[in-house]
Amino acid sequence: MSSITTSATASALDSPRDPASLLSIRSIAKSFGSHTVLRNISLEIGQAEFLTVLGESGSGKTTLLRIVAGFENATSGEVWMHGQRLDRQPPYKRRVNTVFQNYALFPHLTVEENVAYGLRVAKHPADEIRTRVHEALAKVKMTAHAKKKPAKISGGQQQRVALARALVNRPQLLLLDEPLSALDANLRRQMQVELKSLQREVGIAFVFVTHDQEEAMVMSDRIALLRSGELEQVASPREIYSRPATAYAAQFIGHTNLLKALVRGGIAQCGSLSWPVDLPDGSAFFSLRPESLRVIIAGSPSPGSLPLQGRVVHQAFHGATQLARVECSGGFELTLRTARELNDGIIALEFSPPDAIPVRESPERL
Amino acid sequence: MTSRSSSNSRSPWLLAHAFLVFGFLYLPIGVLIVYSFNGEGVGGFPPHHLTLDWYRTLFNDGAIWDSVINSLEVACAAMIIALAFGVPAALALDRAQFPGKALFRRLVLLPLILPGIITGLSLLMLFDLAHTKLSLLTIVLGHGTALISVATTEVFAGLQKFDRAQEEASLDLGANYWQTFWRITVPNLKLPIIGAALLIFTLSMDEIAVSFFLIGRDNTLPLEIWGRLRRGITPEINAISAIIFLFSLAAIVLWYRLRVKAEGSVEVGAELLETQENYTLER
Amino acid sequence: MFSRAYKLAVTVPPLAWVALFLLTPYLLMFCYSFWSISPAQTIVHSWNVQNYRELVTVSVYWQTLLRSMWIAARVTLFSLLLGYPLAYFLSFYGGSRKDLLYQLVIIPLWVSYLVRAYAWKTILGSDGVLNTLLQYVHLAKHPLEFLLYSPFAVVLTLTHIYTPFTFLPIYASLEHIPRNLVEASHDLGATPAQTFWKVIFPLSIPGVLAGATFAFVLSLGDFLAPLLLGGPSGIMISNVVVSLFGAAYNWPLGAAISFCMLVLVVALLFVSERLEKKWSFS
Repeated sequence: MSSITTSATASALDSPRDPASLLSIRSIAKSFGSHTVLRNISLEIGQAEFLTVLGESGSGKTTLLRIVAGFENATSGEVWMHGQRLDRQPPYKRRVNTVFQNYALFPHLTVEENVAYGLRVAKHPADEIRTRVHEALAKVKMTAHAKKKPAKISGGQQQRVALARALVNRPQLLLLDEPLSALDANLRRQMQVELKSLQREVGIAFVFVTHDQEEAMVMSDRIALLRSGELEQVASPREIYSRPATAYAAQFIGHTNLLKALVRGGIAQCGSLSWPVDLPDGSAFFSLRPESLRVIIAGSPSPGSLPLQGRVVHQAFHGATQLARVECSGGFELTLRTARELNDGIIALEFSPPDAIPVRESPERL
Repeated sequence: MTSRSSSNSRSPWLLAHAFLVFGFLYLPIGVLIVYSFNGEGVGGFPPHHLTLDWYRTLFNDGAIWDSVINSLEVACAAMIIALAFGVPAALALDRAQFPGKALFRRLVLLPLILPGIITGLSLLMLFDLAHTKLSLLTIVLGHGTALISVATTEVFAGLQKFDRAQEEASLDLGANYWQTFWRITVPNLKLPIIGAALLIFTLSMDEIAVSFFLIGRDNTLPLEIWGRLRRGITPEINAISAIIFLFSLAAIVLWYRLRVKAEGSVEVGAELLETQENYTLER
Repeated sequence: MFSRAYKLAVTVPPLAWVALFLLTPYLLMFCYSFWSISPAQTIVHSWNVQNYRELVTVSVYWQTLLRSMWIAARVTLFSLLLGYPLAYFLSFYGGSRKDLLYQLVIIPLWVSYLVRAYAWKTILGSDGVLNTLLQYVHLAKHPLEFLLYSPFAVVLTLTHIYTPFTFLPIYASLEHIPRNLVEASHDLGATPAQTFWKVIFPLSIPGVLAGATFAFVLSLGDFLAPLLLGGPSGIMISNVVVSLFGAAYNWPLGAAISFCMLVLVVALLFVSERLEKKWSFS
């Protein structure tokens, strides 16, 4: 009861810092003993935003989520929600709900009782509980299975129940910890669409943790890319794809060619290639997406673009497109995306220098 | 294929051995039951005319039934104590770090493996020092303390199989620790807890080594039986033993049913004895 | 995820209880073993090692201890000889009756210890079931007197009682052996006997050790079976302790012997645990 009243008053006071921000993660660090899992994470999450925390296993993404949910205490840093310290509260007082990786449905309770759980412990009146549970189950199309035990329904159905069980409490923020990873590929794609439209419908913020970059691209308003406990980049999928900030971001999200070049006097030099850049002298990395490389079929290259030659060494069929690996003079390989299969042998290529996006090097971290 | 046929040719010996061992295990129990109906009393082959006299004698024996009541009271009280401290102890070993944890873990489990005489005598010295009069209460304290180990082992084994995310989900949904304990943790540990309770109850009903030193004026059933055995063989002991056997059998069947219904597995109290991995209770 | 209050709530009560009712009594036993008894039968709280000296110098004490260990060793050996093949049979050839057979081994455990020991007395006595049976079928003219009130009776009874205790851990360790290891061994050309000695037995050693420890330690400390069936030659160390705490009224000496047993048991547990770790490969 008390949790509801305190958070209700809290929601009346909007954060003075940023009115659009719901959750504010400020300089969070976490270590388990001598092992550092998170370093200096700061992140703002908007009112109805779908934010994906993307990272490989061991990147610290689940730990970050558990800190927000209250299952772990941060070693340092703060979490604020609506102008209140969230990280000082026990998990059961936070107006944040979680969809767990393996759903963590209570096996001894029916689907209905699972969904009613949060409302019951908050001692809502019985008829209100009944209505809200019914609504929640209807929203995820699980009304027909209300009386079943979780073990008797499929993985996809368990997933929906877990969603209903969290959403029925009307949290301001829903945390989802790799909720789709246990589903097979087809169902996963279907659930991606459903989840996204559900989020639009309920209009609350989702923080979605995944290791699957495709999933992140499809669903998110913004992606927070985490690597070895540090944020690499936080941006919209489009921006992170077209303007990756780091070599790691460029490689992790989609395919890319990473060119290591030497800049001298406003000219980048990589093997036999050179093009003008607006960078200080020194070594620099560039990300060149496979689709930025074009095959010159006949005649001369387009004006302003950079021609090069290479020999096709490998081609892989990817449905609508092909990915071809080309060995270029100067000893480096490039991958390019083409619509049709290429003939073996030497081909002429070109790309526009602005498509080579300068990225920061991603140093090895422990 | 040759290996299979030769293993089968070896198994007749194993089969015969198994029959012998089962015979050895059940011979005394069979003898007890048969001779509880024997008119000539104990011993003598073959048994003579069947009779229910010993059961009649038994039912008119007030002292025996007083001791049965005492034992039931002791077993219930010991069960409550052992669960009240043994379940938190399992939770503590599973989830808390504190100085002396390793010692605590070993100490809690020691009565399980230690001969009862040592636990009984050391408690006797404690009660003597505290000028506590020996009574059923001291036996309850002794049994309760010694059998914490049973509750802790069983519940700890249950916690190993229990998905902690469920408790996290409960907290996440707004239930506090107390609500989570009763609504999620206990229902999920229902089987280990019931199993431990049954085991504690049975062990306490049967316990004699610790009770031997802590007994006051009122006897428990095993001590009452013991007293009579010391005086000589009395056939009504056969009768009460046969009854106890039937009750034990009923308890096993009950437990078996519960377990099969719940998870299709039937190892009664097996966690307790399986290996010392359990004895050391390490994750 | 568990708050400090939660951890305190689950830790402090059991800790306090165990400290009061287990740790304190064991420590008290330790203290007692250094005290002595005055001629006026009161405890003298002055510290000396007289009791331990007596233990070493008076032959009846250490001889009884050695005899108890010898009895316990035999009980352990016989329990293993009965329990291991049975566990192996159930685990590998139990088939669909496995669960039922398993239960059949467990059931005697639920039958009162005292009652089973007493049943052996009715079987082994001079006019008991066995002797009258032997005379009935004319295999013996007179009752065989060595059957009861002898170390034999004690070993037999304790073996009966502790065989299920040794069976259980052995069975569990055999059950944990992946069956494809046996297939792999056969596939690599090993005979069943080779497979047993080179694969199955080594992997079941932790169970054997646990079972042997149970049988040895529990039979070592037994005092009821010797009282009931042992006679003068079947007396064990715990019987000495019982009389020191009873009729002989020398608690300090009894405490010293008990404490030695405690140390012996803890040392055995320690060794067995070490060996089990060494032999467990998972």
